[in-house]
Amino acid sequence: MTRSAYTCAASRELAQKDITNPNTLEVLLGITGKDFCIIAASKAAMRGASILKVNDDKTRTLNKQTLMAYVGEPGDTVQFAEYIQANIQLYSMRNGSDLSPYEVSSFVRSELAKSLRSRKPYTVNLLLGGYDPIKQKPELYWIDYLASCAPLPYAAHGYAQYYCLSILDKHHHPDITLEQGLKILRMCTDEMKRRLPVDFKGVLLKIIDKDGIREEPYSDDKQVYAP
Amino acid sequence: MASGYDRALSVFSPDGHVFQVEYALEAVKRGTCAVAVKGAAIVVLGCEKRSAMKLQDTRITPSKISMVDNHVCLAFAGLNADARILVDKARLEAQSHRLTVEDPVSIEYITKYVAGVQQRYTQSGGVRPFGISTLIVGFDPGSEEARLYQTEPSGIYSAWKANAIGRSSKTVREFLERNHKPAMDRATTIELTIKSLLEVVQTGAKNIEIAIMAPGKNVEMLGAEEIEKTVEKINAEKDAEASARRTGRGGAAAAGGGAAAASAQGPEQVLASRPAGDAPPE
Repeated sequence: MTRSAYTCAASRELAQKDITNPNTLEVLLGITGKDFCIIAASKAAMRGASILKVNDDKTRTLNKQTLMAYVGEPGDTVQFAEYIQANIQLYSMRNGSDLSPYEVSSFVRSELAKSLRSRKPYTVNLLLGGYDPIKQKPELYWIDYLASCAPLPYAAHGYAQYYCLSILDKHHHPDITLEQGLKILRMCTDEMKRRLPVDFKGVLLKIIDKDGIREEPYSDDKQVYAP
Repeated sequence: MASGYDRALSVFSPDGHVFQVEYALEAVKRGTCAVAVKGAAIVVLGCEKRSAMKLQDTRITPSKISMVDNHVCLAFAGLNADARILVDKARLEAQSHRLTVEDPVSIEYITKYVAGVQQRYTQSGGVRPFGISTLIVGFDPGSEEARLYQTEPSGIYSAWKANAIGRSSKTVREFLERNHKPAMDRATTIELTIKSLLEVVQTGAKNIEIAIMAPGKNVEMLGAEEIEKTVEKINAEKDAEASARRTGRGGAAAAGGGAAAASAQGPEQVLASRPAGDAPPE
Protein backbone atom coordinates (compact mmCIF):
# COMPACT_ATOMS: atom_id res chain seq x y z
CA MET A 1 0.00 0.00 0.00
CA THR A 2 1.43 3.33 -0.99
CA ARG A 3 0.67 6.62 0.68
CA SER A 4 -0.64 8.17 -2.53
CA ALA A 5 -3.32 5.49 -2.76
CA TYR A 6 -5.14 6.96 0.22
CA THR A 7 -8.03 9.18 -0.77
CA CYS A 8 -10.66 9.53 1.93
CA ALA A 9 -10.09 11.36 5.20
CA ALA A 10 -9.99 8.22 7.32
CA SER A 11 -7.32 6.70 5.14
CA ARG A 12 -5.23 9.87 5.31
CA GLU A 13 -5.48 9.74 9.04
CA LEU A 14 -4.25 6.16 8.97
CA ALA A 15 -1.42 7.09 6.68
CA GLN A 16 -0.31 9.74 9.13
CA LYS A 17 -0.28 7.16 11.87
CA ASP A 18 1.75 4.91 9.59
CA ILE A 19 -0.63 1.98 9.87
CA THR A 20 0.17 -0.51 7.16
CA ASN A 21 -1.02 -3.98 6.48
CA PRO A 22 0.61 -6.38 8.94
CA ASN A 23 3.08 -9.06 7.92
CA THR A 24 1.72 -10.91 4.92
CA LEU A 25 4.19 -13.79 4.84
CA GLU A 26 2.42 -15.53 7.65
CA VAL A 27 -0.28 -17.98 6.62
CA LEU A 28 -3.82 -18.05 7.97
CA LEU A 29 -6.43 -20.26 6.35
CA GLY A 30 -10.00 -21.13 7.24
CA ILE A 31 -12.35 -23.60 5.56
CA THR A 32 -15.90 -24.45 6.61
CA GLY A 33 -17.85 -27.50 5.54
CA LYS A 34 -21.06 -29.29 6.38
CA ASP A 35 -20.47 -29.58 10.12
CA PHE A 36 -16.97 -28.32 10.84
CA CYS A 37 -14.61 -25.40 10.52
CA ILE A 38 -10.89 -25.86 9.81
CA ILE A 39 -8.38 -23.26 10.93
CA ALA A 40 -4.78 -23.59 9.75
CA ALA A 41 -2.02 -21.21 10.84
CA SER A 42 1.65 -21.27 9.85
CA LYS A 43 4.00 -22.48 12.59
CA ALA A 44 6.88 -20.10 11.87
CA ALA A 45 7.38 -17.06 14.08
CA MET A 46 9.26 -14.60 11.92
CA ARG A 47 11.13 -11.39 12.49
CA GLY A 48 12.40 -9.78 9.34
CA ALA A 49 14.15 -12.48 7.35
CA SER A 50 14.76 -14.73 10.35
CA ILE A 51 12.66 -17.53 11.73
CA LEU A 52 12.63 -17.43 15.52
CA LYS A 53 10.37 -20.39 16.25
CA VAL A 54 9.03 -23.32 14.28
CA ASN A 55 6.10 -24.45 16.44
CA ASP A 56 4.31 -21.19 17.05
CA ASP A 57 0.61 -21.38 17.89
CA LYS A 58 -1.13 -18.36 16.38
CA THR A 59 -4.52 -19.22 17.85
CA ARG A 60 -6.43 -18.52 21.07
CA THR A 61 -9.49 -20.38 22.30
CA LEU A 62 -12.18 -17.81 23.10
CA ASN A 63 -14.87 -20.12 24.37
CA LYS A 64 -15.92 -23.74 23.99
CA GLN A 65 -16.71 -23.40 20.31
CA THR A 66 -14.94 -20.32 19.04
CA LEU A 67 -11.30 -20.08 18.01
CA MET A 68 -9.42 -16.98 16.93
CA ALA A 69 -6.31 -17.12 14.73
CA TYR A 70 -4.17 -14.03 14.30
CA VAL A 71 -1.28 -12.64 12.26
CA GLY A 72 0.30 -9.24 12.28
CA GLU A 73 2.60 -6.98 14.25
CA PRO A 74 4.36 -9.17 16.81
CA GLY A 75 3.26 -8.12 20.28
CA ASP A 76 0.06 -6.54 19.03
CA THR A 77 -1.25 -9.95 18.01
CA VAL A 78 -0.91 -11.77 21.31
CA GLN A 79 -1.85 -8.69 23.36
CA PHE A 80 -5.06 -8.19 21.39
CA ALA A 81 -5.92 -11.90 21.24
CA GLU A 82 -5.52 -12.38 24.98
CA TYR A 83 -7.48 -9.23 25.71
CA ILE A 84 -10.35 -10.55 23.58
CA GLN A 85 -10.02 -14.00 25.12
CA ALA A 86 -10.26 -12.63 28.68
CA ASN A 87 -13.33 -10.57 27.84
CA ILE A 88 -15.15 -13.41 26.07
CA GLN A 89 -14.43 -15.74 29.00
CA LEU A 90 -15.56 -13.07 31.45
CA TYR A 91 -18.82 -12.84 29.52
CA SER A 92 -19.28 -16.60 29.82
CA MET A 93 -18.65 -16.54 33.58
CA ARG A 94 -20.94 -13.57 34.15
CA ASN A 95 -23.85 -14.83 32.11
CA GLY A 96 -23.50 -18.58 32.39
CA SER A 97 -23.60 -19.03 28.63
CA ASP A 98 -21.18 -18.59 25.75
CA LEU A 99 -21.41 -15.96 23.05
CA SER A 100 -22.14 -17.44 19.62
CA PRO A 101 -19.47 -17.05 16.94
CA TYR A 102 -21.48 -14.26 15.32
CA GLU A 103 -21.71 -12.37 18.60
CA VAL A 104 -17.99 -12.87 19.20
CA SER A 105 -17.24 -11.52 15.72
CA SER A 106 -19.26 -8.38 16.43
CA PHE A 107 -17.40 -7.84 19.68
CA VAL A 108 -13.98 -8.38 18.11
CA ARG A 109 -14.81 -6.08 15.21
CA SER A 110 -15.99 -3.30 17.50
CA GLU A 111 -12.90 -3.59 19.70
CA LEU A 112 -10.68 -3.44 16.65
CA ALA A 113 -12.64 -0.48 15.27
CA LYS A 114 -12.24 1.34 18.59
CA SER A 115 -8.53 0.59 18.55
CA LEU A 116 -8.22 1.81 14.95
CA ARG A 117 -9.45 5.24 15.98
CA SER A 118 -7.12 5.45 18.97
CA ARG A 119 -3.63 6.90 19.12
CA LYS A 120 -1.89 3.56 18.56
CA PRO A 121 -4.10 0.98 16.83
CA TYR A 122 -3.53 -2.77 16.85
CA THR A 123 -2.35 -4.06 13.50
CA VAL A 124 -3.71 -7.57 13.49
CA ASN A 125 -5.52 -9.66 10.93
CA LEU A 126 -7.85 -12.32 12.26
CA LEU A 127 -9.79 -15.40 11.33
CA LEU A 128 -12.56 -16.40 13.66
CA GLY A 129 -13.72 -19.99 13.37
CA GLY A 130 -16.64 -21.33 15.29
CA TYR A 131 -19.55 -23.70 15.50
CA ASP A 132 -22.94 -22.32 16.44
CA PRO A 133 -24.58 -24.98 18.62
CA ILE A 134 -28.07 -23.50 18.16
CA LYS A 135 -28.01 -23.13 14.38
CA GLN A 136 -25.85 -26.28 14.27
CA LYS A 137 -23.71 -24.69 11.61
CA PRO A 138 -20.01 -23.89 11.34
CA GLU A 139 -19.08 -20.26 10.89
CA LEU A 140 -15.99 -18.42 9.71
CA TYR A 141 -15.32 -14.70 9.95
CA TRP A 142 -12.60 -12.82 8.15
CA ILE A 143 -11.55 -9.73 10.07
CA ASP A 144 -8.70 -7.42 9.10
CA TYR A 145 -6.72 -4.67 10.84
CA LEU A 146 -9.06 -1.99 9.43
CA ALA A 147 -11.88 -3.69 11.35
CA SER A 148 -13.80 -4.96 8.39
CA CYS A 149 -15.56 -8.22 9.06
CA ALA A 150 -17.05 -10.71 6.61
CA PRO A 151 -18.65 -14.09 7.18
CA LEU A 152 -17.20 -16.42 4.55
CA PRO A 153 -17.27 -20.11 3.62
CA TYR A 154 -13.46 -20.05 3.27
CA ALA A 155 -10.90 -17.34 3.89
CA ALA A 156 -7.20 -16.55 4.07
CA HIS A 157 -4.93 -13.72 5.15
CA GLY A 158 -1.73 -12.43 3.66
CA TYR A 159 -0.04 -13.92 0.59
CA ALA A 160 -1.91 -17.14 1.28
CA GLN A 161 -4.89 -15.42 -0.29
CA TYR A 162 -3.20 -15.22 -3.69
CA TYR A 163 -2.33 -18.89 -3.76
CA CYS A 164 -5.25 -20.50 -1.93
CA LEU A 165 -8.41 -18.62 -2.85
CA SER A 166 -8.31 -19.83 -6.45
CA ILE A 167 -7.96 -23.43 -5.29
CA LEU A 168 -10.81 -22.96 -2.84
CA ASP A 169 -12.95 -21.24 -5.49
CA LYS A 170 -12.57 -24.30 -7.66
CA HIS A 171 -12.90 -27.09 -5.09
CA HIS A 172 -14.91 -25.78 -2.16
CA HIS A 173 -18.56 -26.65 -1.70
CA PRO A 174 -20.72 -25.78 1.34
CA ASP A 175 -21.54 -29.44 1.98
CA ILE A 176 -18.04 -30.94 1.96
CA THR A 177 -17.13 -33.49 4.61
CA LEU A 178 -14.13 -33.11 6.91
CA GLU A 179 -12.11 -35.54 4.75
CA GLN A 180 -12.80 -33.47 1.64
CA GLY A 181 -12.00 -30.29 3.58
CA LEU A 182 -8.64 -31.69 4.68
CA LYS A 183 -7.93 -32.75 1.09
CA ILE A 184 -8.50 -29.17 -0.08
CA LEU A 185 -6.32 -27.91 2.77
CA ARG A 186 -3.55 -30.23 1.60
CA MET A 187 -3.84 -28.78 -1.91
CA CYS A 188 -3.55 -25.30 -0.44
CA THR A 189 -0.51 -26.02 1.73
CA ASP A 190 1.20 -27.82 -1.15
CA GLU A 191 0.61 -24.84 -3.40
CA MET A 192 2.01 -22.48 -0.78
CA LYS A 193 5.10 -24.63 -0.35
CA ARG A 194 5.49 -24.47 -4.09
CA ARG A 195 4.93 -20.71 -4.48
CA LEU A 196 5.66 -18.82 -1.25
CA PRO A 197 9.18 -17.38 -1.24
CA VAL A 198 9.70 -18.28 2.43
CA ASP A 199 9.45 -21.46 4.41
CA PHE A 200 6.48 -21.02 6.75
CA LYS A 201 7.35 -24.28 8.57
CA GLY A 202 4.04 -26.00 7.86
CA VAL A 203 0.71 -25.31 9.48
CA LEU A 204 -0.92 -25.99 12.81
CA LEU A 205 -4.33 -27.54 12.23
CA LYS A 206 -7.33 -26.94 14.46
CA ILE A 207 -10.84 -28.20 13.89
CA ILE A 208 -14.01 -26.80 15.44
CA ASP A 209 -17.19 -28.84 15.38
CA LYS A 210 -20.14 -29.75 17.61
CA ASP A 211 -17.77 -31.34 20.16
CA GLY A 212 -15.64 -28.23 20.56
CA ILE A 213 -12.12 -27.37 19.44
CA ARG A 214 -9.36 -29.89 18.84
CA GLU A 215 -5.87 -29.85 17.42
CA GLU A 216 -5.05 -32.49 14.82
CA PRO A 217 -1.64 -33.60 13.64
CA TYR A 218 -0.75 -32.39 10.16
CA SER A 219 2.24 -33.94 8.46
CA ASP A 220 4.65 -31.67 6.62
CA ASP A 221 7.43 -34.08 5.73
CA LYS A 222 6.42 -34.68 2.10
CA GLN A 223 8.63 -32.83 -0.35
CA VAL A 224 6.77 -30.58 -2.79
CA TYR A 225 8.47 -29.63 -6.04
CA ALA A 226 7.80 -26.54 -8.08
CA PRO A 227 6.71 -27.36 -11.63
CA MET B 1 -28.25 3.76 72.34
CA ALA B 2 -24.93 4.54 70.75
CA SER B 3 -26.42 7.30 68.66
CA GLY B 4 -23.89 9.25 66.67
CA TYR B 5 -21.37 6.47 66.32
CA ASP B 6 -23.30 4.51 63.69
CA ARG B 7 -23.86 7.32 61.24
CA ALA B 8 -20.53 7.61 59.51
CA LEU B 9 -19.09 4.30 58.51
CA SER B 10 -15.51 5.06 59.39
CA VAL B 11 -16.18 6.26 62.92
CA PHE B 12 -15.44 4.08 65.93
CA SER B 13 -17.67 4.03 68.94
CA PRO B 14 -15.80 4.81 72.20
CA ASP B 15 -15.64 1.10 73.05
CA GLY B 16 -14.00 0.22 69.75
CA HIS B 17 -16.93 -0.97 67.64
CA VAL B 18 -17.68 -0.04 64.07
CA PHE B 19 -21.42 -0.35 64.21
CA GLN B 20 -22.14 -0.43 60.47
CA VAL B 21 -19.98 -3.52 60.13
CA GLU B 22 -21.83 -5.19 62.97
CA TYR B 23 -25.15 -4.35 61.35
CA ALA B 24 -23.83 -5.97 58.17
CA LEU B 25 -23.17 -9.14 60.16
CA GLU B 26 -26.77 -8.93 61.31
CA ALA B 27 -27.91 -8.83 57.67
CA VAL B 28 -25.86 -11.99 57.10
CA LYS B 29 -27.60 -13.73 60.01
CA ARG B 30 -30.96 -12.98 58.37
CA GLY B 31 -29.90 -14.40 55.01
CA THR B 32 -30.68 -17.96 53.99
CA CYS B 33 -28.27 -20.64 55.15
CA ALA B 34 -25.30 -21.87 53.10
CA VAL B 35 -23.12 -24.85 53.97
CA ALA B 36 -19.83 -26.15 52.60
CA VAL B 37 -18.16 -29.45 53.42
CA LYS B 38 -14.75 -30.74 52.32
CA GLY B 39 -14.15 -34.43 51.62
CA ALA B 40 -11.32 -36.39 50.02
CA ALA B 41 -10.84 -34.80 46.56
CA ILE B 42 -14.32 -33.33 46.72
CA VAL B 43 -16.02 -30.27 48.12
CA VAL B 44 -19.76 -29.76 48.37
CA LEU B 45 -21.72 -26.51 48.63
CA GLY B 46 -25.27 -26.59 49.93
CA CYS B 47 -27.77 -23.74 50.00
CA GLU B 48 -31.16 -23.11 51.45
CA LYS B 49 -33.41 -21.73 48.70
CA ARG B 50 -36.05 -19.23 49.68
CA SER B 51 -39.41 -20.81 48.86
CA ALA B 52 -40.66 -19.35 45.61
CA MET B 53 -43.98 -17.60 45.17
CA LYS B 54 -46.63 -19.25 43.12
CA LEU B 55 -46.03 -17.31 39.93
CA GLN B 56 -42.25 -17.06 40.25
CA ASP B 57 -40.19 -18.73 37.56
CA THR B 58 -37.71 -20.69 39.64
CA ARG B 59 -36.01 -22.06 36.55
CA ILE B 60 -34.42 -18.74 35.67
CA THR B 61 -34.34 -17.03 39.07
CA PRO B 62 -30.67 -16.52 39.98
CA SER B 63 -29.11 -19.01 42.37
CA LYS B 64 -27.19 -18.29 45.56
CA ILE B 65 -24.38 -20.45 44.24
CA SER B 66 -22.34 -18.82 41.51
CA MET B 67 -19.16 -19.57 39.62
CA VAL B 68 -16.31 -17.10 39.93
CA ASP B 69 -14.16 -19.04 37.48
CA ASN B 70 -14.36 -22.56 36.08
CA HIS B 71 -12.66 -23.95 39.17
CA VAL B 72 -13.95 -21.55 41.85
CA CYS B 73 -17.46 -21.69 43.28
CA LEU B 74 -18.97 -19.15 45.65
CA ALA B 75 -22.04 -19.29 47.87
CA PHE B 76 -23.23 -16.41 50.02
CA ALA B 77 -25.63 -15.52 52.78
CA GLY B 78 -27.07 -12.06 53.22
CA LEU B 79 -28.24 -9.41 50.80
CA ASN B 80 -28.54 -10.91 47.31
CA ALA B 81 -28.14 -7.56 45.58
CA ASP B 82 -24.84 -6.88 47.35
CA ALA B 83 -23.61 -10.33 46.40
CA ARG B 84 -24.15 -9.69 42.72
CA ILE B 85 -21.73 -6.78 42.85
CA LEU B 86 -19.14 -8.68 44.85
CA VAL B 87 -19.33 -11.79 42.65
CA ASP B 88 -18.93 -9.63 39.57
CA LYS B 89 -15.81 -8.01 40.98
CA ALA B 90 -14.41 -11.46 41.80
CA ARG B 91 -15.12 -12.72 38.27
CA LEU B 92 -13.38 -9.73 36.77
CA GLU B 93 -10.37 -10.30 38.99
CA ALA B 94 -10.25 -14.01 38.12
CA GLN B 95 -10.15 -13.18 34.41
CA SER B 96 -7.74 -10.31 34.94
CA HIS B 97 -5.42 -12.65 36.84
CA ARG B 98 -5.49 -15.10 33.92
CA LEU B 99 -4.68 -12.29 31.51
CA THR B 100 -1.75 -10.90 33.49
CA VAL B 101 -0.02 -14.06 34.76
CA GLU B 102 -1.49 -16.70 32.40
CA ASP B 103 -2.62 -18.83 35.32
CA PRO B 104 -6.03 -19.36 36.89
CA VAL B 105 -6.43 -17.88 40.36
CA SER B 106 -5.77 -19.99 43.43
CA ILE B 107 -8.68 -20.27 45.83
CA GLU B 108 -6.75 -18.43 48.51
CA TYR B 109 -5.92 -15.59 46.14
CA ILE B 110 -9.52 -14.98 45.11
CA THR B 111 -10.68 -15.28 48.72
CA LYS B 112 -8.12 -12.70 49.74
CA TYR B 113 -9.34 -10.47 46.92
CA VAL B 114 -13.02 -10.81 47.90
CA ALA B 115 -12.17 -10.17 51.55
CA GLY B 116 -10.05 -7.23 50.47
CA VAL B 117 -12.97 -5.66 48.62
CA GLN B 118 -15.21 -6.24 51.63
CA GLN B 119 -12.64 -4.59 53.90
CA ARG B 120 -12.36 -1.59 51.60
CA TYR B 121 -16.09 -1.01 51.96
CA THR B 122 -15.70 -0.70 55.74
CA GLN B 123 -13.15 2.07 55.57
CA SER B 124 -14.17 4.33 52.67
CA GLY B 125 -16.45 7.33 52.62
CA GLY B 126 -19.88 7.31 51.01
CA VAL B 127 -20.27 3.55 50.97
CA ARG B 128 -21.74 0.92 53.25
CA PRO B 129 -20.28 -2.55 53.90
CA PHE B 130 -21.39 -5.58 51.91
CA GLY B 131 -24.17 -7.30 53.83
CA ILE B 132 -22.89 -10.75 52.93
CA SER B 133 -20.65 -13.53 54.10
CA THR B 134 -19.31 -15.88 51.44
CA LEU B 135 -18.11 -19.45 51.27
CA ILE B 136 -15.55 -19.88 48.52
CA VAL B 137 -14.68 -23.41 47.48
CA GLY B 138 -12.70 -25.10 44.75
CA PHE B 139 -9.44 -26.75 43.81
CA ASP B 140 -6.21 -24.96 43.07
CA PRO B 141 -5.03 -25.64 39.51
CA GLY B 142 -3.34 -29.04 39.43
CA SER B 143 -4.15 -29.80 43.05
CA GLU B 144 -6.21 -32.67 44.43
CA GLU B 145 -6.86 -31.01 47.75
CA ALA B 146 -10.15 -29.22 48.26
CA ARG B 147 -10.10 -25.63 49.54
CA LEU B 148 -12.80 -23.96 51.56
CA TYR B 149 -12.70 -20.37 52.77
CA GLN B 150 -15.15 -18.04 54.42
CA THR B 151 -15.21 -14.25 54.14
CA GLU B 152 -17.15 -11.79 56.29
CA PRO B 153 -18.40 -8.20 55.85
CA SER B 154 -15.52 -6.92 57.96
CA GLY B 155 -13.01 -8.38 55.51
CA ILE B 156 -11.94 -11.28 57.70
CA TYR B 157 -11.25 -14.52 55.88
CA SER B 158 -10.60 -17.97 57.28
CA ALA B 159 -10.08 -21.55 56.06
CA TRP B 160 -12.36 -24.41 57.11
CA LYS B 161 -12.96 -28.14 56.80
CA ALA B 162 -16.70 -27.55 56.94
CA ASN B 163 -18.67 -24.44 57.74
CA ALA B 164 -22.05 -22.75 57.57
CA ILE B 165 -23.14 -19.12 57.19
CA GLY B 166 -26.48 -17.33 57.38
CA ARG B 167 -29.64 -18.10 59.29
CA SER B 168 -29.11 -20.66 62.10
CA SER B 169 -25.51 -21.09 61.01
CA LYS B 170 -24.54 -21.81 64.61
CA THR B 171 -26.86 -24.81 64.76
CA VAL B 172 -25.54 -26.16 61.48
CA ARG B 173 -21.89 -25.52 62.38
CA GLU B 174 -22.29 -27.40 65.63
CA PHE B 175 -23.94 -30.25 63.77
CA LEU B 176 -20.97 -30.31 61.40
CA GLU B 177 -18.54 -30.23 64.33
CA ARG B 178 -20.13 -33.39 65.66
CA ASN B 179 -20.44 -35.24 62.36
CA HIS B 180 -17.50 -34.19 60.19
CA LYS B 181 -14.87 -36.85 59.60
CA PRO B 182 -11.59 -36.52 57.73
CA ALA B 183 -11.35 -37.82 54.11
CA MET B 184 -15.01 -38.55 53.47
CA ASP B 185 -15.92 -39.98 50.07
CA ARG B 186 -18.27 -38.30 47.61
CA ALA B 187 -21.54 -39.86 48.77
CA THR B 188 -20.79 -39.29 52.47
CA THR B 189 -19.83 -35.66 51.88
CA ILE B 190 -23.01 -34.93 49.92
CA GLU B 191 -25.10 -36.70 52.54
CA LEU B 192 -23.50 -34.76 55.40
CA THR B 193 -24.12 -31.48 53.56
CA ILE B 194 -27.79 -32.25 53.00
CA LYS B 195 -28.17 -33.64 56.53
CA SER B 196 -26.74 -30.49 58.06
CA LEU B 197 -29.00 -28.30 55.93
CA LEU B 198 -32.04 -30.32 56.99
CA GLU B 199 -31.31 -29.15 60.53
CA VAL B 200 -32.62 -25.72 59.54
CA VAL B 201 -34.56 -26.17 56.31
CA GLN B 202 -38.05 -27.27 57.22
CA THR B 203 -39.49 -27.67 53.75
CA GLY B 204 -37.00 -30.37 52.76
CA ALA B 205 -35.60 -31.28 49.38
CA LYS B 206 -37.31 -28.69 47.18
CA ASN B 207 -35.67 -25.84 49.07
CA ILE B 208 -32.16 -27.24 48.91
CA GLU B 209 -29.55 -26.60 46.26
CA ILE B 210 -26.33 -28.59 46.02
CA ALA B 211 -23.17 -27.92 44.02
CA ILE B 212 -20.33 -30.41 43.84
CA MET B 213 -16.75 -29.70 42.81
CA ALA B 214 -14.03 -32.21 42.01
CA PRO B 215 -10.45 -31.56 40.85
CA GLY B 216 -10.14 -30.65 37.17
CA LYS B 217 -13.87 -30.92 36.54
CA ASN B 218 -16.61 -28.39 36.01
CA VAL B 219 -19.06 -27.77 38.81
CA GLU B 220 -21.93 -30.22 39.07
CA MET B 221 -25.33 -29.07 40.29
CA LEU B 222 -27.11 -31.97 41.92
CA GLY B 223 -30.50 -32.69 40.35
CA ALA B 224 -33.75 -32.24 42.28
CA GLU B 225 -34.52 -35.98 42.18
CA GLU B 226 -31.14 -36.90 43.63
CA ILE B 227 -31.52 -34.41 46.47
CA GLU B 228 -35.03 -35.77 47.07
CA LYS B 229 -33.66 -39.32 47.20
CA THR B 230 -30.97 -38.41 49.73
CA VAL B 231 -33.45 -36.48 51.88
CA GLU B 232 -35.82 -39.47 51.90
CA LYS B 233 -32.96 -41.74 52.88
CA ILE B 234 -31.97 -39.44 55.74
CA ASN B 235 -35.56 -39.14 56.92
CA ALA B 236 -36.00 -42.93 56.82
CA GLU B 237 -32.85 -43.34 58.94
CA LYS B 238 -34.11 -40.75 61.41
CA ASP B 239 -37.51 -42.47 61.66
CA ALA B 240 -35.88 -45.83 62.21
CA GLU B 241 -33.74 -44.42 64.99
CA ALA B 242 -36.71 -42.69 66.56
CA SER B 243 -38.82 -45.83 66.58
CA ALA B 244 -35.91 -47.88 67.91
CA ARG B 245 -35.59 -45.41 70.75
CA ARG B 246 -39.29 -45.60 71.53
CA THR B 247 -39.37 -49.41 71.67
CA GLY B 248 -36.05 -50.06 73.39
CA ARG B 249 -35.59 -47.02 75.61
CA GLY B 250 -33.28 -48.92 77.98
CA GLY B 251 -30.94 -49.99 75.17
CA ALA B 252 -30.40 -46.46 73.95
CA ALA B 253 -29.84 -45.11 77.45
CA ALA B 254 -27.18 -47.75 78.10
CA ALA B 255 -25.14 -46.41 75.20
CA GLY B 256 -25.55 -42.84 76.44
CA GLY B 257 -22.58 -40.54 76.00
CA GLY B 258 -21.43 -42.21 72.78
CA ALA B 259 -21.60 -40.44 69.44
CA ALA B 260 -24.20 -42.95 68.26
CA ALA B 261 -26.51 -42.02 71.08
CA ALA B 262 -26.10 -38.33 70.40
CA SER B 263 -27.44 -38.70 66.88
CA ALA B 264 -30.11 -41.14 68.02
CA GLN B 265 -31.57 -38.58 70.38
CA GLY B 266 -32.17 -36.23 67.46
CA PRO B 267 -29.69 -33.47 66.87
CA GLU B 268 -31.86 -30.49 67.85
CA GLN B 269 -32.19 -31.50 71.47
CA VAL B 270 -28.50 -31.95 71.95
CA LEU B 271 -27.74 -28.62 70.34
CA ALA B 272 -30.18 -26.57 72.36
CA SER B 273 -28.54 -27.62 75.59
CA ARG B 274 -24.93 -27.32 74.57
CA PRO B 275 -23.25 -23.90 74.73
CA ALA B 276 -21.29 -22.73 71.72
CA GLY B 277 -17.58 -23.40 71.67
CA ASP B 278 -17.84 -26.59 73.74
CA ALA B 279 -15.96 -29.56 72.45
CA PRO B 280 -18.28 -31.77 70.44
CA PRO B 281 -18.94 -35.19 71.99
CA GLU B 282 -16.88 -37.81 70.18
